[in-house]
Amino acid sequence: MTTPAPGTATLEVRALHKSFGALKVLEGIDLSVQRSEMVFVLGPSGSGKSTMLRCCNRLEEPDSGDILIEGDPLTGPGVDLNKMRQRVGMVFQSFNLYPHLSAMGNVTLALRRVQKKSKAEAEDLAIAALAEVGLSDRAGHHPAQLSGGQQQRVAIARALALKPTVMLFDEPTSALDPELVGDVLDVMRTVKDHGMTMLVVSHEMKFARDAADRVIFMADGAIVEQGPPEQIFGAPTHDRTRAFLSRFHG
Amino acid sequence: MEQIIQQFFNVEIMIKALPLVIKGLGITLLICAVVIPMGAIGGLFAAIGSLSPNRAVRWLSIGFVDLFRAIPPLVLLIFIYAGLPFAGLSLSPFVAVTIGFFLNNSAYFAEIFRAGLLSVPRGQTEAARSTGLSQAQTLTYVTLPQATRNVLPDLLSNVVEVVKLTSLASVVSLGEMLHAAGLVRSLTYNASPLILAAGIYLLLLWPLVRVIARFERRIAS
Repeated sequence: MTTPAPGTATLEVRALHKSFGALKVLEGIDLSVQRSEMVFVLGPSGSGKSTMLRCCNRLEEPDSGDILIEGDPLTGPGVDLNKMRQRVGMVFQSFNLYPHLSAMGNVTLALRRVQKKSKAEAEDLAIAALAEVGLSDRAGHHPAQLSGGQQQRVAIARALALKPTVMLFDEPTSALDPELVGDVLDVMRTVKDHGMTMLVVSHEMKFARDAADRVIFMADGAIVEQGPPEQIFGAPTHDRTRAFLSRFHG
Repeated sequence: MEQIIQQFFNVEIMIKALPLVIKGLGITLLICAVVIPMGAIGGLFAAIGSLSPNRAVRWLSIGFVDLFRAIPPLVLLIFIYAGLPFAGLSLSPFVAVTIGFFLNNSAYFAEIFRAGLLSVPRGQTEAARSTGLSQAQTLTYVTLPQATRNVLPDLLSNVVEVVKLTSLASVVSLGEMLHAAGLVRSLTYNASPLILAAGIYLLLLWPLVRVIARFERRIAS
């Protein structure tokens, strides 16, 4: 991995289009996320925000458009997708921990099989990642023995351990009981404070307001407006943004 | 009552039949030892193929499974042993039985593995691929272990079926256990050797059946 030229965005999305059959889900998304920036994506359901996020590591295959990680293409011919994906960590709504493996096994799997690290080295890195999410004492536990919040924190550790360039969060707290949300958000805050570049799809408005560097509002497969949280939450310029936010302010 | 005991539970005849039946048991076990691993591996590949995004591979795998599940194994064995020589391919009884059971058995194992693979949520594959694991690595380390665990009782039940199915080998005069027992029966005009063979099947399979029941309970809980 070479150091990107100054001014290169950590994650760059250009003219991203995606349809599911006749349904146009993304109609030309342009977005760049800078190093150590935390960008929050808001929008009504069906606005395409999750699809946009999933295109950023090609779990969803874009119809057209470019995605670049520190200037290196993720799309197009000759791309080593498995290599590039290690630079894009992903955290899912439903955690998707491997139920047959311990927390340690979940975190070390890709370290060992993809990054070809020795068992000892992988375990050291896993312990460090689990410590970062506050769960180094749960390394031997299987997912079924952990609470939802703990499972999501292990999932964050699993992504974090690969030392990605950018991390994608797809509604990371939506499947959690309300009392467990705070722990996960605290971990996300820690990850951000350590300099991680993060693109987050979530409905945690308060957290977005407190922690995000920039908020993007999406509707109907396009970015409607974006700006610092105080602007989006304080003085949104578009009707659709206002209508959406008013439902949360009550 | 006396007649039943005389005809079916005649210890004297059983003792006489025992050496031959035990020899047959050896052949039965040998067939199983070859056919069960082969069938499981063949079935696994057919299952993976039947879920392939490649249409040709998918259709070929599904066609294979459908065909060999539909053909009665008895007909298959007779065809391979007695039919193929007309096409210039003469096989020993053991090889014919191995091929026939491999085809039949693979088809059944394939259906079980397929159900297992489908039972693993999509998110598992997505999580694995998102960390850079290849398709093959995802299968090996993430989906297949879960799939196998989910259908373990069905896999073991199929093993029980296969062990009993090996008795069909007698139609091509392969001297497996039931064939041996039948031979003694026709010499003595007494069915006791069959009961002896059945008793050995029971001894052989009963522990396995218990294990399956235990797995089923554990999965249900």
